Amino acid sequence: MQHLILRVTTKILFTPIILFALYVQFHGDYGPGGGFQAGVIFAVAFILHAFCFGLEETKKALPQKALTIAMVVGVLFYAGTGLATMLLGGNFLGYDAIDPESTHHAGQHYGIILVEWGVGVCVASTMLTIFYLFTGREPDIDPEDW
Amino acid sequence: MTEFHTELSPIVLVDLALLTMLMFVAIAMLRSRHLFAVIMLSGIYSLLSAAFFVSLDAVDVAFTEAAVGAGVSTVLMLGGMLLTARREKPVTPGRAPVALAVVFLTGAALIYATIDMPAFGDPSAPANTHVGQAYVEQTPKDIAVPNIVTAVLASYRGFDTLGEVVVVFTAGLGVILLLGVGSVRGGEPVRDRPDEED
Repeated sequence: MQHLILRVTTKILFTPIILFALYVQFHGDYGPGGGFQAGVIFAVAFILHAFCFGLEETKKALPQKALTIAMVVGVLFYAGTGLATMLLGGNFLGYDAIDPESTHHAGQHYGIILVEWGVGVCVASTMLTIFYLFTGREPDIDPEDW
Repeated sequence: MTEFHTELSPIVLVDLALLTMLMFVAIAMLRSRHLFAVIMLSGIYSLLSAAFFVSLDAVDVAFTEAAVGAGVSTVLMLGGMLLTARREKPVTPGRAPVALAVVFLTGAALIYATIDMPAFGDPSAPANTHVGQAYVEQTPKDIAVPNIVTAVLASYRGFDTLGEVVVVFTAGLGVILLLGVGSVRGGEPVRDRPDEED
């Protein structure tokens, strides 16, 4: 646990990266971005953490079990939004059924935010799962190999 | 119908420079046998394509390419490289005249086909007239969100995006099944060797 500068920088950078991911997530219908990009940026914050503090520390902060559940939740959240609009009397993923009285398509807005949330959760947890499983297999690198 | 010509503006020169760099990076990737260098070059390739997408005004695609292509896939490929060798096995170069002829003919046919393509940036090109124009005109009335790309992705083509999410989920599921994390209910993770102890 040397590399003081790296540790401090990672701690400073971690929160803004998460905040940026949330901005990209919820600002996707106004500017560039959306669930896919936000999920990846969210995962990158934890990958940076794993690079600096080691994978075991990251796994304590965000265990694999939580990621496995989040993967399923993300997909089901998206599909569930579609089912909810069906139960409200619209088509599958026909978001206007969420708020049929609105004059400016507020239902579309709600629907897009809901499905993008599902996308973000699924992408972030899948990326981290793949990262955990690939990097978790080899304990450390022999410097001679580089 | 009037003929459309793209002027040689500074933007087009930037595009040409980026495409030239993309080509050289691709050739360097093909020639290198050092896997670490190849992964880094693929990250550079993604970043260059992201810059190219920005100059084509496709900021959403550029954002995705920069985050996924240059960012996460580089990290994941480095993680994959750690599990295998650092160098590709040397390949003895051979002569394959049939393959060369097939590649040459296909390439010539593709270049011949580009002659019939509409000019770069032509507003009357088929891609800009039918569906694309309909989305641009209808999004403020149908969806009322400022970003048309999000409107197409999440609302008009919401079903496609559900499929994409399932693809991402399936990729994660495949990695979990192959490399093994143990079950959520407390099963044992898979080990490389049966006699290995934690």
